[in-house]
Amino acid sequence: MRFSRTSKALGVAAIIALAVTGCGGGGGSNTNSSAAADPNKVISAYSNEPQNPLLPANTNEVYGGRVVELLFEGLRAYDSDGKPVNALADSIETTDSQNWTIKVKSGAKFTNGEAITAKTFVDSWNFAALSTNLQNNGFFFESIEGYADVSAVNETTGADGKKTSTPAPTAQTMSGLAAKDDQTITVKLSQPEADWSLRLGYSAFYPLPSEALKDPKKFGENPIGNGPYKFEKEGAWVHDQSISLVKNADYSGPRAAKNGGVTFKFYTDPGPAYTDLQADNLDVTDVVPSNALKTYTTDFPDRNSTRPNANNSTLNIPGYNPNFQGEAGTLRRQALSHAINREEITKVIFNGTRTPATEFTAPVLDGYNDSIPGSDVLKFDVQKAKDLWAQAEKIKPYDGSKPLLIASNTDGGNKEWIDAVANGFKNNLGIQAEIQPFAKFAEVLDLRKSQSLPGLTRAGWQGDYPSLYNFLGPVWATNASSNYEKYSNPEFDKLLKEGLAAKTPEDANKKFNQAQEILFKDLPGLPLWYRATPIVWSNNVVSAETGWNGGIRYFDIEAK
Amino acid sequence: MVRFIFRRLLQVIPVFLGTTLLVYYMVFALPGDPIAALFGERQPPQSVIDALRAQYNLDQPFWVQYGLFLKNLFTFNLGVDFTQQPIAAALARAFPVTAMLAIEALIIQAVFGIAFGVFAGLKKGKLFDSTVLVVSLLVIAVPTFVLGFVFQLVFGVQLGWAKPTVGANADWGNLILPAVVLGLVSFAYVLRLTRASVSENMNADYVRTATAKGLSRPRVVIAHILRNSLIPVVTYLGANLGGLMGGAIVTEGIFNVPGVGNKLFQAIQRSEGPTIVAIVSVLVLVFVITNLLVDLLYAWLDPRIRYDQ
Repeated sequence: MRFSRTSKALGVAAIIALAVTGCGGGGGSNTNSSAAADPNKVISAYSNEPQNPLLPANTNEVYGGRVVELLFEGLRAYDSDGKPVNALADSIETTDSQNWTIKVKSGAKFTNGEAITAKTFVDSWNFAALSTNLQNNGFFFESIEGYADVSAVNETTGADGKKTSTPAPTAQTMSGLAAKDDQTITVKLSQPEADWSLRLGYSAFYPLPSEALKDPKKFGENPIGNGPYKFEKEGAWVHDQSISLVKNADYSGPRAAKNGGVTFKFYTDPGPAYTDLQADNLDVTDVVPSNALKTYTTDFPDRNSTRPNANNSTLNIPGYNPNFQGEAGTLRRQALSHAINREEITKVIFNGTRTPATEFTAPVLDGYNDSIPGSDVLKFDVQKAKDLWAQAEKIKPYDGSKPLLIASNTDGGNKEWIDAVANGFKNNLGIQAEIQPFAKFAEVLDLRKSQSLPGLTRAGWQGDYPSLYNFLGPVWATNASSNYEKYSNPEFDKLLKEGLAAKTPEDANKKFNQAQEILFKDLPGLPLWYRATPIVWSNNVVSAETGWNGGIRYFDIEAK
Repeated sequence: MVRFIFRRLLQVIPVFLGTTLLVYYMVFALPGDPIAALFGERQPPQSVIDALRAQYNLDQPFWVQYGLFLKNLFTFNLGVDFTQQPIAAALARAFPVTAMLAIEALIIQAVFGIAFGVFAGLKKGKLFDSTVLVVSLLVIAVPTFVLGFVFQLVFGVQLGWAKPTVGANADWGNLILPAVVLGLVSFAYVLRLTRASVSENMNADYVRTATAKGLSRPRVVIAHILRNSLIPVVTYLGANLGGLMGGAIVTEGIFNVPGVGNKLFQAIQRSEGPTIVAIVSVLVLVFVITNLLVDLLYAWLDPRIRYDQ
């Protein structure tokens, strides 16, 4: 641990600068871009060791997620714009948004020959939802009737006052889920949800072969799926080194592989992967190291892409902070928002890999609206910020005895933009503001959970499935799982509920955007920007692209 | 001699208990719940987190945690890391890679350092000596990570002589580039130590005697000057090997070597107590053994040194 990451980063920057000035003319080797694509060539991609055995319902981090998505196929899949298309589903029908009938395509098989029927899905989903199986993504089935019984837990309070919850299901299967015949799944939700079918492409809903349910841990080491790829061989996951996938020749779905396979090489740091790409020793990465953000378009001319995805960042203002309560508090929240120059920060600090936010979800989603009433508050307007602050002062004076702190972990390169935001507050509102740095994300999270951060905190949300609700419900609804600042507004909750119960997705989106109007009034958080994922690729592949959620669409990559 | 070795090995026990306790406590005292941190903004149900905390004994007070850790260690059960992989298997993968890297680096610094050092020492004040001194000063002055990035970019990317990173193909050939980077700084120290020692011993009485006896120059240099000059060098190399086995976090990071340093770095990032302490425990053993070997080498280099008093 002799050198910090920044000093390492400085080193890279210095050397890249050397390389650019000294040997700028060396990149003339990609003249063979017209060479025909080779559908059997294996490509290599940046990744790292997955955190869990490769079970779809247990995988909720990127490195395992990208493998699981290639190994399995669900009832639906998302096209590159995030539109769900039917994959294993023949049809998905409902008349009341509460009772759903799903027809499964006949003839689908896992790579071990096991047939995929309606029962396969029912068993897999029941397995994922049952709390004793401890699946990280079990809560994705929360809308289905009977989920409360299979997910029930016992809460006990220890001698030290700490609460522990242990699984105590009162049923083994969800009552709302049934396989009527080999091809028909019926689902009854506990309440109508118009956008429920949108999530069927998410990995938690993938089918599992019967042997996975018998010994999940063993299965997760050598998973057998039904997706566009399969494990190259037993033991293709070499821990701490790589995972090798090859094309599944029997696959016939919307995500057919255009290359012969994908080898995920593990890197503990994105820097060496970037260097490997410069030497054509790696074919594609979706993590450009922060010190290369300014140079990746020139290091990889014609071999980079930066596409927006469903990912936003906010600056949350806890409701327990007395400076931001009541009428004066609302005015101050607005003033803070007007004092942030989102345009400049995204351009200068993020080098265009972020775009200024216009609401609380993300532009790639169906139903996105960039002119929700109240969204004017996101405009940079110094005069207005000053006026609003002055108005608030008249109602209740600001307690400026301590500087306004913005909490963040600094290991991921957040310091620069927080300094910029804090300077905006200082210069435009005349208050003291500064970063409250933490070494690790876990520290901030602990303090957020226990409601003890003195100031603001950064937050962000990456969509699980392409739906406005996924950005609003889990984050801002009362007592929602990721609502750490405990924001609560019954009116907002009611509109969300109405949106879920709407007959059509259009009506639902209308309600969700009305719910956003409430957020703009209360400003529990200030939307900052949306993320775009910069990716670069080598001379060995034709091109690469990211999907709606920022993940690379590996199966679409053509090798040459 | 046997008693000496036995006594030294006995020292391992308090050293071992002390270091593991210290490291374990430091990891324990780190703020933030490491389990919750595994999941980021999107937290799984509390029952999943609680089950994981129970699996890693994180719900227990410190002394119980440490006690359970020791008990597992002495039953050769290192447990699993936060990715549910057995720690013992992870160490069995990482240590051979780091050992290869360390040995390669050690050979590079010992062979080149001693050779250059002897020549420079014999020709003190001449052009070769001054050049070598300046170059070695430069090497010492440039931080490892700069050397690493420059070598990676020049030899790996631009000239294409070696692969810029090692990754899954950790063999002797692929490890040469990181080994050179790793060995270079210590090479400079070895060189300077050897040079100083040689030039001092050159005028010693026994060298004059050997020369007067009519021994050939190479024999005088190798058997008399060099052998007597090696004690400080061997001490340094021994201490260095322990350090190298600890995994060069920076070098392994730059070249993506799947060794101990990388593993340790990742474990620290995740506040993964069991993995960190397991790695440290092995390192303590490595340190103690290399130091013991160095002490034994002294006797061979200089028969006046005795162990039993």
